[in-house]
Amino acid sequence: MIFQEIKNRATSQREFLEGKTHILVGTATCGRAAGALDVIEAFKNELSRRDLEAPVIEVGCIGLCYAEPLVIISKPESLHVVYHNITPELVTRLVEGYILGDDPCLELALGTFETDERGAPYIPELSRFEHELRLIFRRCGYINPENIYDYIANGGFSALEKALRMSPEQIIEEIKKSGLRGRGGAGFYAGVKWEGCRQAPGKTKYVICNADEGDPGAFMDRVILESDPQEVIEGMIIAGYAIGAQQGYIYVRAEYPLAIERIRNALRQAEEIGILGDNILGSGFCFHIGITEGAGAFVSGEATALVAAMEGKRSEPRVRPPRLTESGLWGCPTLLNNVKTFAYVPFIIGNGKERFVSIGTEHSKGTAVFTLAGKIQYPGLTEVPMGTTLRKVVFDIAGGMRNEKKFKAVQIGGPSGGCLPENLLDLPIDFDSLHEAGSMMGSGGMIFMDEGDCAVDTARFFLDFTTKESCGKCTMCRMGTLQLLSILDDITTGKAKLEDLDLLQRLSEDIKMGSLCGLGRSAPNPVLTTLRYFGEEYRAHILEKRCPALVCKDLTAYYILPEKCDRACEHCILVCPTEAIKGGKGEIKVINQEKCSKCGTCLEVCPHEYNAVVKISPISKLPSSPINQDIPAQGGK
Amino acid sequence: MTEKKEQLSHILERHRGERNGLIPVLLEIQKEFGYLPKEAMLKVAECLGMKPVEVWGVATFFNHFRLTPLGKNHVKVCMGTACHLAGGRLVLEALQRELNLKVGETSSDGEFSLERVACIGCCMLAPVAVIKDKIYPKMSPFKVEESLIPYHQKEPAPPEKDC
Repeated sequence: MIFQEIKNRATSQREFLEGKTHILVGTATCGRAAGALDVIEAFKNELSRRDLEAPVIEVGCIGLCYAEPLVIISKPESLHVVYHNITPELVTRLVEGYILGDDPCLELALGTFETDERGAPYIPELSRFEHELRLIFRRCGYINPENIYDYIANGGFSALEKALRMSPEQIIEEIKKSGLRGRGGAGFYAGVKWEGCRQAPGKTKYVICNADEGDPGAFMDRVILESDPQEVIEGMIIAGYAIGAQQGYIYVRAEYPLAIERIRNALRQAEEIGILGDNILGSGFCFHIGITEGAGAFVSGEATALVAAMEGKRSEPRVRPPRLTESGLWGCPTLLNNVKTFAYVPFIIGNGKERFVSIGTEHSKGTAVFTLAGKIQYPGLTEVPMGTTLRKVVFDIAGGMRNEKKFKAVQIGGPSGGCLPENLLDLPIDFDSLHEAGSMMGSGGMIFMDEGDCAVDTARFFLDFTTKESCGKCTMCRMGTLQLLSILDDITTGKAKLEDLDLLQRLSEDIKMGSLCGLGRSAPNPVLTTLRYFGEEYRAHILEKRCPALVCKDLTAYYILPEKCDRACEHCILVCPTEAIKGGKGEIKVINQEKCSKCGTCLEVCPHEYNAVVKISPISKLPSSPINQDIPAQGGK
Repeated sequence: MTEKKEQLSHILERHRGERNGLIPVLLEIQKEFGYLPKEAMLKVAECLGMKPVEVWGVATFFNHFRLTPLGKNHVKVCMGTACHLAGGRLVLEALQRELNLKVGETSSDGEFSLERVACIGCCMLAPVAVIKDKIYPKMSPFKVEESLIPYHQKEPAPPEKDC
């Protein structure tokens, strides 16, 4: 089939759909976790019960994780409404109100895609969308990832069709001039890598897409693959054509079953219509893509380690040179890029490099994708122009901190990144500015911390992760990170000395120098940045045995304020798993510190009107055992 | 038992001699058996022309592979960054206490097993625990006991299955 025919078919399918009322439900993993599949079931039941016909279509993720399950109802000649936090119970209301009737149920809506005088927010004007610029996420959540025609009707594969009419050199030139940098973390110029691979001698070459997203707290690659897998496939085919490869692989974590299923489906459909496989779109170019499932190792995200895993070996990085572009998979020149890097390719080729170059900062072009998690109002995913300040991301996009708490820090780039404090909020984010601040773009996972989070404990958390994930090849990484962790353990348990801070610093620098791959070289970043920006907190732990955020268990005790304890209430006693709370009915409750396991359950269950349970640090500040059972009860409530 | 053995030889037959097929083979075996039995790994080595230690090396390298069978009710606690900040460790400790298991262990009656995982990608629901594939959002030590109740009811023991 020639491309125009495919496109016509896609357009008519789309027009047919848009001609009738239809329902889109976000069913990426995040939507499913929030109950999207039950919502679909409810819609189907409700529609068939009333003998109504309206297609219910599964789409991907729009990036508003806090609003899941998310439903969009599109009615021809009427409002397109986005509904948030929909439960099966609310489905009847929606079907009755808007599918059957003309009431768009705006009280359940997040907003509408048209301006409306009834006052529902206009989606493009929501603070989040005003600051966002979606290039690679523009289709996510709006198209059916399991229907390739939906992708094509929305401009998909036009870039491929265009690319096949260009010469490989022209494409590489275009990518080079676009200034696209690899989105896997290190930010190497993609065009340079492509050129190197094209020029490397060898008949057999490979394209590998790195979808081994291992950073705990980053999930953008999963979202793209679940919401718009064709975009990545299109980028890979163009890359294959440009470097002269005929085989590509997507290396994806086995922990992402839905992404794997949707890629597999997308590959099959692309082959069926002649966009993938032999003689692509009649051009004579052949390219196949296979899926390799990864078995979960953070270090596999490193390019040479990933190739080792694909060859069936332990996923250990090796010395470079030779670069993968010279000797990669099975010794052949290999182009390895991240999911997002490939996803940008159709945009750049389709719209021309100029559009891409016009976005971003001098040395970081285009957009940046971040996942937002932690103590913010609106967790989710966002795509903003490079150079957007952290302040905009925190307050305008993520809605500021939850529970009126104060912003303390943001950890960017997961275990390889760093922890940035409040005074860097006006930092324009790009590859280079983050590097200077001691962090890195890394995966692009952002975790926001408020005043109730401890900087030392967070550094310890990341170190604990990297020690477990170190492959063990380099001594400095294997033993050094373990040593760092043990010092951090000492600090969080009040056993450290002030000199240990120097040791932390020196050892961190040595680990950076003495490790082969990115994992080891960046593992000390969380320690170094917290030392740099939150040194006071380290000193409080060591000198005063005090955890200012009241997080570190060994430096904190639970205490029941006698003046606030209700006496008649026994919530804490009933739930304490170690029977550490004393006090009968009508008596003030007291925690036996020796028995207390510091699980925090008493604090959780103490009714809000009393809020009698508090945390105290340092433990030496604990009031000496006050009023006890001996004191007669002075009446309850 | 014979059925499982047949399954194993089917899997191995498909990949005979492909050294680079090691990880896919192990993934398939784990899907079939729920873990990697020692006998199966020895067979894999023989079939792919590798030393057993090479297979063992790979099987122990990746987090996804398990060398012991899972409990009937497998409990996973997310220890991703967002869950950690939201108190995931307290949830894990509460589960350890309630189930009387350490991380990575399976109870002697085969009912429960406990595992910590790096991130299941539901950061907005933190802290999260997964019991028998059902996601329990916004967990707390207090909710642990209650969420386990449906799984504590013992059913009549199923006919013994092994590999």
